[in-house]
Amino acid sequence: MARRATPEVNAGSMADIAFLLLIFFLVTTTIEKDKGIARQLPPDEPPTDEQVVIKQKNLFVVNVNQDDQLLVEEELMELKDLRQAAIDFLDNGGAPQGAPNYCSYCKGKRSPESSDDPDKAIISVQNDRLTSYKMYIAVQNELVAAYNFLRDRESQRLYGWKFTEVKRAIDEGSYNGNEEATQEKLENIQKLFPQKLSEAEPRKSGE
Amino acid sequence: MSKFKKKKGGELPAVNTASLPDIVFMLLFFFMVVTVLRDSNLLVKNDLPKADQVEKLKKDRSVYIFAGRPSQRYQDKYGKEGRIQIGDKYTDVSSLKSALAETRAKLRPELQDKVMVALKVDEDTNTGLVTDIKQELREMNMLKIIYITSPGNQVDN
Repeated sequence: MARRATPEVNAGSMADIAFLLLIFFLVTTTIEKDKGIARQLPPDEPPTDEQVVIKQKNLFVVNVNQDDQLLVEEELMELKDLRQAAIDFLDNGGAPQGAPNYCSYCKGKRSPESSDDPDKAIISVQNDRLTSYKMYIAVQNELVAAYNFLRDRESQRLYGWKFTEVKRAIDEGSYNGNEEATQEKLENIQKLFPQKLSEAEPRKSGE
Repeated sequence: MSKFKKKKGGELPAVNTASLPDIVFMLLFFFMVVTVLRDSNLLVKNDLPKADQVEKLKKDRSVYIFAGRPSQRYQDKYGKEGRIQIGDKYTDVSSLKSALAETRAKLRPELQDKVMVALKVDEDTNTGLVTDIKQELREMNMLKIIYITSPGNQVDN
C-alpha cells in the first residue's frame, strides 16, 4: 500500500494567535523602575535624661514651613541655593590647625563660626506637618546631593574615581574589579563625610 | 526582445510573510520575560516626587506602602484626605502594624529581618502622614526605608 503524505497543518493563523498574545503582554507590562532615596530610621528608644550637647555652630538647621518655604540658619533661602549652603557648612573645617579634630581635607572657609569638622557637623531638618511631600523629598535630595558632591571630590582625590559612580556600579553588579577592596575604600570615604541628617530636633545649647 | 515582454504580463509577487510568526514570537517572548503582573491595584493617586540622588531598590526584600489622596473613582466613598494603602486595601495609621506584619510574612523567611520598606507617596501628600507612618515603622523596628521617586530634579522646573 502506498503511504499517503500527511497533509500539512495550516499555520496561517499562527501569526494572528501570536499577535493576540503579544498585545496582551504589551498592555499588561509595567517595566518596574523603582529607585529612591534610602534612609535608616533611628530606633525607637524611650527618651533618656542624658543630654547630648551639640554646639550651635555644628548644627545646620533647615526649617520648612507649611507653605513650602525654606528657612536655613534663620534666613530665607531658595531651594536651588540649599545644596551649596550645605556643602559650605559641611566642608568648613573650622577647627584650628593642630587641634585633634583638625580637618586636613576640608576646602571650606575655615570660619570659626561654622562647623568644626565633617564628623561633628549635623544637618537638622524640621518640617511642618503640612509641608508637601514634594518639598520634603526635594530638600532631602539636595542634602544628599551635598554629601555626594563632597564624597565624589574626596574619592577623586584619593583613588581617582567617583564615589557615586562606583557605588552604583557595585549595586547594579556591573563593577569589574576587586569588589571587597573597593567596598573598604567606599567605607573610608563615608567616614570622611559621614551622613548625619537628623529629622528630630536635637537639643541645642550655647544659645 | 520577447524575453522582456513576457515579464510585463506578470503580477506583482506577494511579499513572503512566512517569517512573520517568528518575528512576532520573538517580541512575544521578550514581553513575557520582562512583564511583571501588577499585584496590587492602586487605590490612591500616586504621582511620585522627583529626585536624582537615588539608589536602587532590592525587590525581593521590600514591602510597599502607598499613600496619597484616594483616586478619582473612590473619592465619593473615602473623601479627599490622604490615605494609606497596603496590599489591596486602605489602612489607617492605627492598623498599619498588623497590615505590615501580614505583608512581611509573605516574604522569604531568610529575608524577613532585612526587610526594606518602600514608601510610594504622592507628591501632594502632607509630610505629617509620612511622619506618622515612620513613627509606626520605628515602633515595629523596621528601620530601613526608601522613598521611591521618579527621575528628574525639583530644582530644574
